[in-house]
Amino acid sequence: MSQSQRLSQGGMIDRSKPISFAFDGRQYTGYQGDTLASALLANGVRLMGRSFKYHRPRGAIAAGSEEPNALVQLETGAYTEPNTRATCIELYDGLVAKSQNRWPSLEFDIGAVNSLVARFLPAGFYYKTFMWPASMWMTYEKFIRKAAGLGVSPVEDDPDVYHGTYAHCDVLVIGGGPAGISAATAAAGSGARVMLLDEGSEYGGALLGTSDNAAAKSYIDSALGALGQSENVRLLSRTTATGYYDYNYITALEKVTDHLGPGNGGDAPRQRFWKIRAKQVVIAAGSIERPLIFADNDRPGMMLANAVGVYINRYGVLPGNDVVVFTNNDSAYQVALDASAAGATVTVVDTRRNVSADLKSKLEQNNIRLFEGHAISSVQGGKGVESVRIMELSADGESLQGQAWEIVCTCVATSGGWTPSCHMFSQSGGKLKYEESIAGFIPDSSRAKNSCPNVSAGSCNGVFTTQECIAQGVEAGISAAGAAGRSGSVPSVDTFAVNEIPQGAIAPLWLVPTVHPVGEGKAKHFHDFQNDVTAADIHLAAREGFVSVEHLKRYTTTGMATDQGKTSNLNALAIMANIQGVSIPEVGTTTFRPPYTPLTLGAVGGQESRELFIQERKTPMHEHHVASGAVFEDVGDWKRPWYLPKEGEDMHAAVQRETLAVRESVGMLDASTLGKIDIQGKDAVKLLEMVYTNNWQKLAIGSCRYGLMLNEHGMIFDDGVTTRLGENHYHMTTTTGGAARVMNWLEEWLQTEWPEWEVYCTSVTEQWAVLAINGPKARDLLRDLTDIDVSKDAFPFMTMREGTVADVPARVYRISFTGELSYEINVPARYGKHLIEALTEAGKKYDLVPYGTETMHVLRAEKGFIIVGQDTDGTVTPHDMDMDWIVSKTKEEYLGNRAQARVDTRREKRPQLIGLLTEDPTVVLPEGAHIVAEVLDKPPMPTIGHVTSSYMSPNAGRSIALALLQDGINRKGETVSLSMMDGTVHKAKVTDTVFVDKEGVRVRG
Amino acid sequence: MFIINCPYCGDRDQTEFSCHGEAHIPRPTNTATMTDEEWGDYVFFRSNPKGYHRERWLHDHGCRRWFNALRHTVTDEFVATYKVQDPRPQIPGDGDQS
Ligand SMILES: [Zn+2]
Repeated sequence: MSQSQRLSQGGMIDRSKPISFAFDGRQYTGYQGDTLASALLANGVRLMGRSFKYHRPRGAIAAGSEEPNALVQLETGAYTEPNTRATCIELYDGLVAKSQNRWPSLEFDIGAVNSLVARFLPAGFYYKTFMWPASMWMTYEKFIRKAAGLGVSPVEDDPDVYHGTYAHCDVLVIGGGPAGISAATAAAGSGARVMLLDEGSEYGGALLGTSDNAAAKSYIDSALGALGQSENVRLLSRTTATGYYDYNYITALEKVTDHLGPGNGGDAPRQRFWKIRAKQVVIAAGSIERPLIFADNDRPGMMLANAVGVYINRYGVLPGNDVVVFTNNDSAYQVALDASAAGATVTVVDTRRNVSADLKSKLEQNNIRLFEGHAISSVQGGKGVESVRIMELSADGESLQGQAWEIVCTCVATSGGWTPSCHMFSQSGGKLKYEESIAGFIPDSSRAKNSCPNVSAGSCNGVFTTQECIAQGVEAGISAAGAAGRSGSVPSVDTFAVNEIPQGAIAPLWLVPTVHPVGEGKAKHFHDFQNDVTAADIHLAAREGFVSVEHLKRYTTTGMATDQGKTSNLNALAIMANIQGVSIPEVGTTTFRPPYTPLTLGAVGGQESRELFIQERKTPMHEHHVASGAVFEDVGDWKRPWYLPKEGEDMHAAVQRETLAVRESVGMLDASTLGKIDIQGKDAVKLLEMVYTNNWQKLAIGSCRYGLMLNEHGMIFDDGVTTRLGENHYHMTTTTGGAARVMNWLEEWLQTEWPEWEVYCTSVTEQWAVLAINGPKARDLLRDLTDIDVSKDAFPFMTMREGTVADVPARVYRISFTGELSYEINVPARYGKHLIEALTEAGKKYDLVPYGTETMHVLRAEKGFIIVGQDTDGTVTPHDMDMDWIVSKTKEEYLGNRAQARVDTRREKRPQLIGLLTEDPTVVLPEGAHIVAEVLDKPPMPTIGHVTSSYMSPNAGRSIALALLQDGINRKGETVSLSMMDGTVHKAKVTDTVFVDKEGVRVRG
Repeated sequence: MFIINCPYCGDRDQTEFSCHGEAHIPRPTNTATMTDEEWGDYVFFRSNPKGYHRERWLHDHGCRRWFNALRHTVTDEFVATYKVQDPRPQIPGDGDQS
């Protein structure tokens, strides 16, 4: 059965280049220029997949990207891609594809039993059946996903490379058919910088599917040749405009090397994602044929009429030797003629009774039978159509009558008319209008969005002959170029005519009647093939009140599959309109959303993947930490040493050792990541007074002060130490994660509320490398390296001194986040590595231990120092933190002041920060564990608080925890219960938050 | 994705900016005497018009300046962008300056 349906001649395939490929494990041969679908059809393969819900046998109905049925799993392993449309896959040697939605095989599918129980799978089935109990959804879901669902995602890393790129142009032309080519030619001729995109491998659009495509090809080649010569034109084939966004921002997916097969792209990326900003856009996206909806209209062999023409003329494939053309308009007559010329026995069934004498005589000349005023009443054949029965339509089109005629056929070419592709125009914010004469929606240019200047041309604008399309294209190209400020001499553009029969007087028949009312009897009338939605489902939705188009869509899932209802949306709207007895525009349309066709996430990500996905921030000491064997933690974008294990140590052991060492000898932490803001200007102190809760007027030069920042809700959002460096000069520190937020906060108030203040804020986070040394031996260590007088009296707690450390200029702040004698040594960033190396060397005799963020957390928790964002969560006031001491009672105003007086922030029983000591000192409570008011058999239990920080503290000799507890400050001394996920309950005593050195002696030592 | 005319830098892509809601809401100077309702109104309540809207933008990834814009929330047209201290531009078709 080798290419039994391949015509002996014709088509635009290269017969000198045979290509072998595999489908469902069988080897086939096609030709260069084939798609997977055309090659399968050439080999007599009509059955290409099973449907989503009912697992009905399906074949390709289209020849382009609107295809709903022929979705395949392309390639295997890491290269596999699900849901690719066989009609868009260019054939390459060694291609491997599998059908989807079938088990164990395409021919015999267990899931097809769904077809037999279809009565129980109506629209809204999932909603109704699986609404309750929610817990059972988990169980159902597994089965549903296995039985339905589309293809399978790869589990391996994507081996391909993708690029993203930006482009600007005067005129972007979307679509490279006759309208688009002529628009690009006209615009380029006017001097505009032009981009022309087409989703196909070749330009020409519908011309490629006509019987005189050889002549068309030379017309196209000459136009494209001229465009290619032009320096200001960029041609992108295999490129689909996927999204149209505000201000003429268009995204497009270029399939650069997909057509070569996996791994054969060489240095080129697999796909390129274009982000284009165009002054003007010409939309020449073409139109899509609609199927007629009749009983069992989904059997393999059923095709859109134009697709049959494309397979014959472009690919040299006759989809069936006996063809029935079923239509309600004139355009399909050309397909009947083409099929007849290709050797098929052809019968035309037209729902109309007024077929023109001209068409009739054309059919007669070619021995094509015609049934006027008839319709298909039933289809025979399961895995492929074997015959159809036709009956006469009643005059009102509402019923069938008379005798049924049986016509043997293997292909039904059906046309319900043409739907202009308004996706791009609609995405740009434009509104559509219904055009009775073509029975379809077209762009309403009077209701376009001003910020998205565009013009539609060709069949997406409702004109269907090649010459009309070319004329509109030329006009659009010239006007777009002019609007973009390019109005050079208006060029003349050649026109061209092909063998085509325009749609003519269409007689809409949105749902072909059957002998049974819709929904009764076994037959199904599909409009959305990919989501298996039938006319009966729309009737059901209407009966149940889901008549709004947005409700209809979600209830039946019509138009929500990966094809977004390209062939089905208008039919669905029309059926609903009929049910309600209103016009189609009264039903309205749903919103078109990007992407136009599915696109890979890889392409969207482009080169910003793997190590380029997020910029890693590393401190100037990073290399030293790596050499020291540090394990790193991500803090924001920073890489910070988390802990530094010695040989054989796990995290727990390392952290316990580091934590003890800091309080016994001296520890060293890279604190370079702390946010640092340099604040200068005569009003600098006014700013501090406003953004912090405490007083700053009397801070002496060279002194440091801790501050809390509140937002206007009165909630803590950052903290840090600020030092007065000079008369009007301050150095503010922030949390590592809050650095950018605080900088924005200061600038916002300064620029918008107090622009007259003279204050200048500069982020200096990366200008300083900071090493904190903490512990009883910190002073001895520092003394060995500095010219600063470090004696207790000369350099007291909460002051700053300038001098040199390890022979480099330094600011040393005597501040502490550990409760130990501490110095934070700041040196210009370029000396960071030098500083840590010098300290490491000098620290040997003091048993200096480098430590990481985890140990820092334990040390600060031992002292009850909060971490904003861990012990606070945006709902916590200073009072909740038991930090009334830092809130000024004398300042008239500061940010967050008023909110603290609100009824809610003043109410009793707010959660407050307290310490917790478990009855069993070895139990380390999980952070997030709930304190419950009463222990019940099972959840839910009334909760009165939760643990925010919890560690094993070697210095306290037991576990410690911080928690937010309702009315916590008044509960000190009480015992509370904490309920764990596994059902166990821990008891803990409520304490204050300081677990080590309660008197605070060490820090002042 | 808008193109926004920063009053300091000129036309730039929207990705460089962030929007911070309604403009021209001064921080009250009498916070101590405000009722909870009045304070709540300042902190939480904003107009949400279908139509012209004066709003604050920040050119984050550019000059880092705050400025105001008069934008139509349906058509997304920017009628004007202006510096914080500049007078409010007139709403098209609107006689008064409010
Ligand atoms: Zn700017």
